[in-house]
Amino acid sequence: MKNIKHDFVEKRVGWLAIFATLTISIGGLVEITPLLFQKQTNEPVVGLEPYTALELEGRDIYIREGCNNCHSQMIRPFRAETERYGHYSLAGEHVWERPFLWGSKRTGPDLARVGGRYSDEWHYVHLMDPRDVVPESNMPGFPWLAENKLDGEYTAKKMEVYRQYGVPYTDEDIAGAQAAVVGKTEMEALIAYLQALGTGLQQQAN
Amino acid sequence: MSSFWSAWIIVLTLAFLVFIIWLLRWNMTNYTGIKEGELMDHEFDGIVEINNPLPRWWMILFWVTIVWGFIYLALFPGLGNFKGLLGWSSSNQEVRSLEESRAATEAHREAGLIVQYDREVQAAEEEFGPIFAALSERPIPELAKDEDAVEIGQRLFLQNCAQCHGSNAMGGKGFPNLTDDDWLYGGSPEAIKTSLIQGRQGQMPAFDGQFNDQQITELATYVLSLSGRKVDPELASAGKQNFAVCAACHGMDGKGNQQLGAPNLTDNTWLYGGSQAAIEETLHNGRNGVMPAWIDILGEDKIHVISAYVYGLSND
Repeated sequence: MKNIKHDFVEKRVGWLAIFATLTISIGGLVEITPLLFQKQTNEPVVGLEPYTALELEGRDIYIREGCNNCHSQMIRPFRAETERYGHYSLAGEHVWERPFLWGSKRTGPDLARVGGRYSDEWHYVHLMDPRDVVPESNMPGFPWLAENKLDGEYTAKKMEVYRQYGVPYTDEDIAGAQAAVVGKTEMEALIAYLQALGTGLQQQAN
Repeated sequence: MSSFWSAWIIVLTLAFLVFIIWLLRWNMTNYTGIKEGELMDHEFDGIVEINNPLPRWWMILFWVTIVWGFIYLALFPGLGNFKGLLGWSSSNQEVRSLEESRAATEAHREAGLIVQYDREVQAAEEEFGPIFAALSERPIPELAKDEDAVEIGQRLFLQNCAQCHGSNAMGGKGFPNLTDDDWLYGGSPEAIKTSLIQGRQGQMPAFDGQFNDQQITELATYVLSLSGRKVDPELASAGKQNFAVCAACHGMDGKGNQQLGAPNLTDNTWLYGGSQAAIEETLHNGRNGVMPAWIDILGEDKIHVISAYVYGLSND
């Protein structure tokens, strides 16, 4: 053991980098790699449906407008959260999400199970100007969503990409994708998406 | 987890711990042949190094964390499929439906395993369950006079209902005012509770195809006349001709029908505005007010208490 000297890594920066990388990798190899191959993280929960064409477009608007900067989609297993938002989030609910929108910051409430909680009408009024229904809200209004119309040019393509990742879209889903969204407003798409959030697990309750 | 991945985690974790122990022990031995406190025989740009041992406090902390690592891995689920001596877990993450979630909670409780989340919910259930159970057995009109019950109901209302009906319960355009005596689906304790449990789906159809603009203007004028507004009598009587269609839900007298949620058109309460323009808009496009169903989210006991709060708002 006396032959091994610190000098070796102290004077060879390449080896230092290799050893440092190996050391840091252990945590990931133990905690992350196995999850890539688990049933729990790869199989959808019972009753989970892929987003429809309109919901999928709504999801992209959700990302475009940065909703995920203020709203998380991850209910943690604490009573304080489940009392307010419903059953804690399960990995199987997010297997088709690329990228996932769990978020890490809540300026507004968690939206993981907002689907069905409010009416479409409420969402419309609220997105136009949140203070019309929640006077103390500091959320910005998004009135342009009601004016912008979808052309659905890329909707089918998006669904094809998702299908390559294992989302079970059928040929009919993809063939009818553009027709399903064309002429709809971005507002309708976003509301459709919001109304779908978290309902995969809820449907199972009934 | 398959035995491969379980073994993967166990081997890597333990091997790395052993490696760290070796590394630390190696660094505690003076293998340089130079006495402590004397200069090492190297120099970089005039900077020299003294052969100093690792700080004792730092080394002790390092040993403590290693020992703690082993204790932790023995007690908690860290090593692959090994569940840990405490039988602890944070939540039932492996479930795939709400039924499975409930079944897992039950199974883990019977097996004496500690599921942190389930324990937390159970503790709260033991504390608050009897309170809500006791409240749920008392009739709503009585609860509405009980200060504590009203306060609980108000907290629940603010958390779940205020987003639409407002924190003062006075609603807004499209969202009914709950403090007045005008009820779409009835203001009896049972009706309020049913609205909360099942939700309500308003169905005012759009009459755009059926009536032309002139007819819709006439109808709106007649509707306004029902609540005693001063209107052009000619337009109103023309509108009356077509009111039979509306009467199917709102009644010939326009007093509405709480079975269908058809509003009373003869009072001065207007959910979507009482101007000529607003009523014409309603006739053109229809209205579909939705009250969501709350039974899955809140459960019947809490709904009972909220119903009492809402009932009390217009019956004090």
